[in-house]
Amino acid sequence: MNKSFTEIYFDWSQLDAAAFKQAFIDTMVMTIISMVLVAILGLGLGLLLYYLSKSNRKSAKLSYTLVSIVSNVFRSTPFIILIVLIIPLTRLLLGTFLGATAAIPALVLSAIPFYARLVEIAFREVDQGVIEAAESMGASQFQLIGKVLLPESKPALLSGLTVTTITMIGFTAMAGAIGAGGLGGLAYQDGFQRNRLTVTLFATVFLLLIVFLIQWLGDSAVKRSDKR
Amino acid sequence: MSLIRLNHVKKSFAGKEGQVDAVVDVNLAVEKGEIFGIVGYSGAGKSTLIRLLNGLETATAGEVLVGDQNVAQLKGKELRAYRKNAGMVFQHFNLLWSRTVEENILLPLEIAGYPAAERQKRAIELIQLVGLEGRENAYPSQLSGGQKQRVGIARAVANQPAILLCDEATSALDPQTTDEVLELLVDINRKLQLTIVLITHEMHVIRKICHKVAVMEKGRIVETGTVGEVFRNPQEEVTKRFVHQELLPEEYNETSQEYLIENYAQGDIIQLHFQGEQAKKPVISQAIKKYDIDINVLQGKLQQTQDGSFGTLVVQIVGNQNERAKAIEFFKEKGVGMEVLHHE
Ligand SMILES: Nc1ncnc2c1ncn2[C@@H]1O[C@H](COP(=O)(O)OP(=O)(O)O)[C@@H](O)[C@H]1O
Ligand SMILES: [Mg+2]
Repeated sequence: MNKSFTEIYFDWSQLDAAAFKQAFIDTMVMTIISMVLVAILGLGLGLLLYYLSKSNRKSAKLSYTLVSIVSNVFRSTPFIILIVLIIPLTRLLLGTFLGATAAIPALVLSAIPFYARLVEIAFREVDQGVIEAAESMGASQFQLIGKVLLPESKPALLSGLTVTTITMIGFTAMAGAIGAGGLGGLAYQDGFQRNRLTVTLFATVFLLLIVFLIQWLGDSAVKRSDKR
Repeated sequence: MSLIRLNHVKKSFAGKEGQVDAVVDVNLAVEKGEIFGIVGYSGAGKSTLIRLLNGLETATAGEVLVGDQNVAQLKGKELRAYRKNAGMVFQHFNLLWSRTVEENILLPLEIAGYPAAERQKRAIELIQLVGLEGRENAYPSQLSGGQKQRVGIARAVANQPAILLCDEATSALDPQTTDEVLELLVDINRKLQLTIVLITHEMHVIRKICHKVAVMEKGRIVETGTVGEVFRNPQEEVTKRFVHQELLPEEYNETSQEYLIENYAQGDIIQLHFQGEQAKKPVISQAIKKYDIDINVLQGKLQQTQDGSFGTLVVQIVGNQNERAKAIEFFKEKGVGMEVLHHE
C-alpha cells in the first residue's frame, strides 16, 4: 500500500490537541527552569572565569585552567550521552530519571559552561578604561560588578542567553527522545516510533515556532539595552 | 607645605623584554590651588606618573605624599576612600555608554554612598558647572567629544576632590574644543580652588592654563619651573624644542625665511622675541616714533600664558642705515630678544 505525501504528513486524525498542549507545557517548563538556573549559575561561573583569567597569581592561573577543563568536558560531551551518564545523579536529586523535570540537571550541566564562556567573553569586552574610571572613583569590587561590568555588558549577556536558550530547546528535544516528554518526545515516541509522521512534523513546527519566538524576544531585548 | 610631594619616586614594570623603568627617581612638589602641567613626548612616563597619584599604579620605591597620606602605601579600603579625594579625567573620556549624562555624573556619588536626594541635587549643580543643561538625558553616543569630556570633568569633581588629575584630557579633541575644555578647567580651578595636575604632549595646553610646568623625558623630570620662567629661559634641549614649537609662527621654516629675504630686499629683516612683561609694551610703535624708520610686520605669533605674553615677530625695518642701527639698538635696550635675518 502506497500512501501519498499528503496522507503521510497531513493526516489530521493523528493529531491530539491535549497531547500537544501537554508536550508544549513540558518543553516550556524544561526550557524556562533551565534557562533561569543557567542564567544565574552561568553568570557566576563566567564571573569567576573572568576574574581568574585577569589575575596574575599562579594559583589563579591554575584554577582557571582546571575550571576551563571541567567546563569544556561538560560542554563538549554530546548531550545525549551526558543525559545517560548522569542518570544516577538525576535519580539522587529528583528520585526519577523520567519526565520533564528529570531532564533539567543534564540540560543545566551542559548549558552552564556554554553560557559561562559567553559571559566571560562579554565581561572581557567591557572597556578597560571605563573599569579604570570606576576604580579611580574608589569603587569596591562589588560596586564594580554591579555598576559597571554587568550594565556595560548587558547586550552581550542577553544575546548569549538567547543563543544558550535556543541550544537548550534543541537539547530538550533530545531529552524527549529518552523519556523527558515535551515536543521532542512527542515527535520521536508518538510520531516516529509509531510511524505517525504528521505528529512528528507538527511537533517540529511547534518547536521551531518557540525557537523563533525566543530569538525575536532576545534580539529585541538586546537592541533595547544597547545605547552605543 | 606643598599639597603633593613626590620623593625619589620610581616605577618599574616587568615587561616581556625585561624591566621597563617608566618613572625614574622623580621629585616634585605641587602647591594647593595650582594648575601643574607635566609635558613630555609619548612614552616619557607621564601617564604612569599621574596614575601613581591616585594609586592606579603603585610606586616601586619612594614616597607619593598627597596631603598627609602616602598614597604608595595605601591599600584596600583606605585606598578606595583616598581615591574619592582625587578625581581623574581621561583622554578617551571613559564614560559608561549604558548611562545617560546625568547617570554618568551620578556614578561617583553612588559609589561614595550619598543619599539619593543629595546625589540628585549635586548632579544638577555639576551639570550647570560644566554647561550641559538640556543634555542630562542624552547617552554618550549622542554627544560630541567636547561634551563627553565635560561629562568626564563633572564626574571627576563630583565628590569635591582636593586634586584633579587630567591624563591628556584634550588630546582627542579638535583645537576649538580643546580651548573650551581648557577654559572650563581654569574656571573650575578658580571656582573650586581645586589643585589640578595635568599631563600632555602639547605645549600649548601648558602655555594656556598652567601655572607651573615640569618637563619629562625618559622617566625623569628634567626641568621644572613657572610657565613664564620655562618659556623665557628653557634650559634642556627637549624643553627648548617644546618651547620653540609654540613660539614660531605656524608657517615658519627655512624656505619661508628665504622667501621673505627675497621679497623684502629693502632694509633689515629682524626677528624679535618677546617674553613676559616686554610683550605688553608698545616697543614697535615707540621705535617708529623715535627714529626715522618704517616697520613692516611680515610674520608673527604672540601667545598668552597665565603670566604674560610670549612670541615672535619677523619685521622689516626700512630707513637710512643710521636710523635703522639706532632702532635695533633701541630694541636691545628694551630687552627684546632679537636676531638679524637679513642686513641690507
Ligand atoms: N602596565 C604596563 N606594563 C608594562 N609597561 C608599561 C605599562 N605602562 C606603561 N609602560 C611603559 O612605561 C613607559 C611609559 O609609559 P607611559 O607612562 O604610558 O608614557 P606616556 O604617558 O608619557 O606616553 C612606556 O615605555 C610604556 O611602554
Ligand atoms: Mg600617556
